[in-house]
Amino acid sequence: MTGNTHLHEEPSYLIDTGKRKGIMAWLTTTDHKRIGLLYLWSIMVFFIVGGILGEIMRTELFKPGQQFYGPQTYNAIFTLHGLIMIFLIVIPGLTVVFGNFVMPIMIGANDVAFPRLNLFAWYLYILGAAVVVISQFTGNGPPDTGWTFYAPYSTQTHTNVIAAVSGAFILGFSSILTGINFIVTIHRLRAPGMSFFKMPLLPWAVYATAWIQILATPVIGITLLMIIAERVFHIGFFDPALGGDPVLYQHLFWIYSHPAVYIMILPAMGVVTEIIPTFCQKQIYGYKAIAISSLAIAGVGYFVWGHHMFTSGMSKEAIWTFSLLTFLVAVPSAIKVFNWVATMYKGSIDLKPPLLYAIAFIFLFSIGGLTGLVQGALATDIQVHDTSFVVAHFHYIIFGGVGFAFLGAIHYWYPKMFGRMYNFRVANIAWCFLFIGFNLLYFPQFIIGLEGMPRRYFDYLPQFTWAQQISTIGGYILGIGFIILMVNLFRKNGEKAPANPWGGTTFEWQLPSPPPMENFATPPTVPDKPYDYD
Amino acid sequence: MDHIEMQRDDVGAKLGMWVFIFTEILLFGGLFLVYAVMRHRYSADFHQGSLQLNTFIGALNTVVLLISSMTVAMSITAVQKKDNRKATILLCITLLCAAIFLVDKYFEWGHKISIMLYPGTDLMQSLKHGYILFFSLYFFMTGLHMLHLVIGAVILVVALTKVRMGLINNEHYVLLENGGLYWHLVDLIWIFLFPLLYLVT
Amino acid sequence: MTTEVEHITGYPFYGKVLVGLLVLTTFTILVPWLNLTAFTALIALVLASTKAGIVMTYFMHLKVEYILLKILVVMVLAIYASVILLTFSDYFFR
Repeated sequence: MTGNTHLHEEPSYLIDTGKRKGIMAWLTTTDHKRIGLLYLWSIMVFFIVGGILGEIMRTELFKPGQQFYGPQTYNAIFTLHGLIMIFLIVIPGLTVVFGNFVMPIMIGANDVAFPRLNLFAWYLYILGAAVVVISQFTGNGPPDTGWTFYAPYSTQTHTNVIAAVSGAFILGFSSILTGINFIVTIHRLRAPGMSFFKMPLLPWAVYATAWIQILATPVIGITLLMIIAERVFHIGFFDPALGGDPVLYQHLFWIYSHPAVYIMILPAMGVVTEIIPTFCQKQIYGYKAIAISSLAIAGVGYFVWGHHMFTSGMSKEAIWTFSLLTFLVAVPSAIKVFNWVATMYKGSIDLKPPLLYAIAFIFLFSIGGLTGLVQGALATDIQVHDTSFVVAHFHYIIFGGVGFAFLGAIHYWYPKMFGRMYNFRVANIAWCFLFIGFNLLYFPQFIIGLEGMPRRYFDYLPQFTWAQQISTIGGYILGIGFIILMVNLFRKNGEKAPANPWGGTTFEWQLPSPPPMENFATPPTVPDKPYDYD
Repeated sequence: MDHIEMQRDDVGAKLGMWVFIFTEILLFGGLFLVYAVMRHRYSADFHQGSLQLNTFIGALNTVVLLISSMTVAMSITAVQKKDNRKATILLCITLLCAAIFLVDKYFEWGHKISIMLYPGTDLMQSLKHGYILFFSLYFFMTGLHMLHLVIGAVILVVALTKVRMGLINNEHYVLLENGGLYWHLVDLIWIFLFPLLYLVT
Repeated sequence: MTTEVEHITGYPFYGKVLVGLLVLTTFTILVPWLNLTAFTALIALVLASTKAGIVMTYFMHLKVEYILLKILVVMVLAIYASVILLTFSDYFFR
């Protein structure tokens, strides 16, 4: 493997070589690595905002009753927290940052198929984000619907729903364009000799994700347009007073938003699949099973949306069907978990920060996944529906899963992105804070959820105080963890990174750190197996 | 621009257009799903509602769109045969068809609006639920379709200019092909809209 | 990877396709007059799907495209059909 290194004399992609310099060179770039970083910076800014909003919610919930602000403000804050975290961070998240930065390199391409479209998608993303932010400060106050915009409330509330919905629509369009770009890239730009089954597993995951992006996002697009039409033209698709059906809104919403969960988690799984063989120096166990299970998750995941609606008044035949399909989708996810653990078995494990995050991912994702089955089962779902059990469940998936995978990915590819190492000891300390803080924050919510604490409530009964206080303290520990992590990564005083600091086998580790503007002067030689450590 | 000049990939460009068409199919798919559910609930009202629509104009528009689809397909043949003049004429016919479609729609919508039969009016609010939903869907679906038709026409105008300038020629015509694909999509959607809205009985 | 095979469809062929589509359109318009009640919508949908199939096969050149693209088209349509089916597992039994 090592005889194949591509050493260029050319300057790295971080150095401006074109006509434009500085910020303008970045804002007009069509290089996939730079666009990946543009997304990384924007997502980080939004994450800080969304995180602070979360801490503000936790602070208010420290004691029962009103502490700092009223219920309407709380509704607006959790709506904005959800909008930012879902639409601006985790849905694009890993796909746009690492799908852009490493996916083309991993398949031996010099860029994505449509580089200018790629940049355009970033601008749309920023525009959509701006519209969402503007919706908070214009009209009759920030939306208070929650990120789901459930009708008919969203068509009747006086708050500024139209702007927020338009923002989500634009973000969806950006997501579709990225999806198209990645599908065509993976079909057309693989290095000569790289068949689909010689491709590393992150591109597989990105490919499956891209299909969900292009097939599910238009459904939410049309649904959001209908919400706008209802508000502007008094059409009644979802308004029972005009003959509409609010459950139909929920169908359409979840036809997108459930697959959206897989838009989030699939690339996260892909990242973990990259990290584990590298730090175990062992071939991935069950390559084909992992590759195909990505597609299976995408495929079956498209047909399980109804499990969000067990208590909405669907027919019982539909409920049975969706419950069965929900249990089916757990199978490919479990296959992946099994394969990761099997890869680690008898591997020479090197417990560096990226692997710590990957292990945390497996642990937290398993808790999140198994509690998901509690809600996929009909009888238990009636008990836990709309309680903080659900809040805990999806935070274990989205934050414990996607979030920790994202942090793992940053620690894994940081040397490649910036050409510097970071301090491992500090990174490990940050990981400890994050892991402990996370579990303190969300685990108590499982318990009080089972006891009947409803989600989205501003106030609660005194018997839940102990858990809410542990949660809030956990939230603060989590926040400290993030501060340590960011300080560690921002101090650019680490030693210069070698081309292959971890001993990885995929193409990006054959390029210098940071890579040159043109990834491969000559197409790389494709090995028989993507993870060959023998 | 600081990006690496890449090889031209017409197959990739066409695949991109196809994937975008998949997106569009699902976009209208969501709308057709709403239609199906509403029709399932209010089939009698939908029947009565569709009698209010002018089948002649709907049929005329179907024919116009089918013809335009053919001329677009032919214009690609013309370009392949290095006959840019013929391609120009064929594209002009296509755009003329688009114009006829829009004029028809103008009269159709204009008539509905003149008798106050559009969402939000008092007349609409006083109708039965099934009627309200039928006419809401009628305006929403045909409106969205019209928007796509206009976008398709704009792409074809760009293609037309490039055909005239010789930038689209028998070696480099993927833009025209993609414009054509999009135009066929507009036709495809109308093929379903026409019977569902004008002929539901 | 597939390489583009140049193929040129003649004008008369497109003319024939159009005639076929117009004939089907005439059928579509005539069906409601036959008073088949329950079957009218079904027949209308079958006719529309046939027309759509013809447009995709000949005008959109699916016939001469590579096999992968055909598979993708079928897959997308199958997914959409399943979505409708699943949604109606709710509405039919409610």
